[in-house]
Amino acid sequence: MEALQLFLDNFADWDSFVRIWPLLWQGFQLTVLLSVVTLPIAIVVGLTIAVLYSFHNKVAKVVLLIWIDLFRSFPVLVLLILIFYGLPFLGLKLPSFAACVLAIVLNNSGYYGEIFRAGIESIPPGQREAARALGLHPLQIIFLVILPQAIARVAAPLASNSLELVKTTSIAALVALPELLRSARVAQEQTYNPTPLTAAAVIFFALLWPFARWVARLERDMLMRQR
Amino acid sequence: MGPLADNFFNRQILVQYGPSILGGFWVTVEVALLTIVVGVATGLALAIVRAMKVRAADIAITVFVDIFRTLPQLVVIVFIYFGLPYADIQLSPFAATVVALGAVLAAFSAEIFWAAIQAVPVGQWDAARSLGLGFFRILFMVILPQAIRIAVPLLTNRAIAITKGTALGTAVALPELLGRAQSAMAIAANPSPLTLAAALYLLFFVPLVVASRWLEGLGPKRH
Repeated sequence: MEALQLFLDNFADWDSFVRIWPLLWQGFQLTVLLSVVTLPIAIVVGLTIAVLYSFHNKVAKVVLLIWIDLFRSFPVLVLLILIFYGLPFLGLKLPSFAACVLAIVLNNSGYYGEIFRAGIESIPPGQREAARALGLHPLQIIFLVILPQAIARVAAPLASNSLELVKTTSIAALVALPELLRSARVAQEQTYNPTPLTAAAVIFFALLWPFARWVARLERDMLMRQR
Repeated sequence: MGPLADNFFNRQILVQYGPSILGGFWVTVEVALLTIVVGVATGLALAIVRAMKVRAADIAITVFVDIFRTLPQLVVIVFIYFGLPYADIQLSPFAATVVALGAVLAAFSAEIFWAAIQAVPVGQWDAARSLGLGFFRILFMVILPQAIRIAVPLLTNRAIAITKGTALGTAVALPELLGRAQSAMAIAANPSPLTLAAALYLLFFVPLVVASRWLEGLGPKRH
């Protein structure tokens, strides 16, 4: 009992929690804002890459594959540090929010690009030929015929990657952007106990858990279908 | 030299800080390999325990998997390194990073292995049982060889993604590649060390990323 009380006093101290809540709430809002701004941009860029790839121009294919693999290979934090601390040497100083958006978008343009690309390539060529025979414009073919089928096939990795993107926003803490994790660290230094860290972890968990469950179900269904 | 070459490819600075950054590269490789071994082995063990269908173990594993699959890696690392000392558990930056990333990979691979075990048709269990095999022989000799083949493409992608998290160790002062490059950059007031670090990361991850695409192509085809 005593040990449990000691543990609770340290890791879940209510008084500290009440004191630091305004700070955490601000951090939470910034985390949500960062996610809401970054997610759609990354999806659109990734989709654009995949659509350009689908026209099968030889040069474009090579360039786009290099783009995809390059940005998938960088740890996103390395991109962020390059952008935030490296670019100023070229006279381009981005505020930390913009630097985070740019780093996460570049990194995820590779992930989303590859997911959409694999989805589009998995559609049988007969679909494209049939659509062409009906006299559809190439853009109509890709957006009205190919993409709806492709997206349905890659729903699981799309959802999973979107979850990872939101989780990734926590790296913003390392360039002093006061999102949830950073706020919790600052608060921890004020309270001298880890309650703010526990609170931040609980908030992240409560925010993302339903989504994580849903992603897990999609992935399991996908494995079942392809067996 | 133009500002680009001077700032990002400064030879003198690269020569000066190269050895320290290479040292950081080895730390990164060590953390990455340990994370994969610890994460995948633990994940497989958890999936095997789940296959035994003990209710209490099932619940405990589900809780573990959900927590570490849901929390951002950096939150886990920071919690283990800055939070746990209050419970008298003090880990080195190296251990904290491996434990955190290992736990995250274990959660994901437990889920993947478990889904793959379930994806093996029930008929395989029935057939093996009718041949008189016991539970463990069925699991290890019949089911797992098929399940692991199903799991490999998903597992490879996940392992690579989580291994990239080694760079997050810099948040807890782990002297890995990114951390060393950043301090060299601060001392030299020149980002060339960062260029070198970026090149080394690419050297490490590009082959893995390309290999994972190739592996996926070998996986089960969908119809």
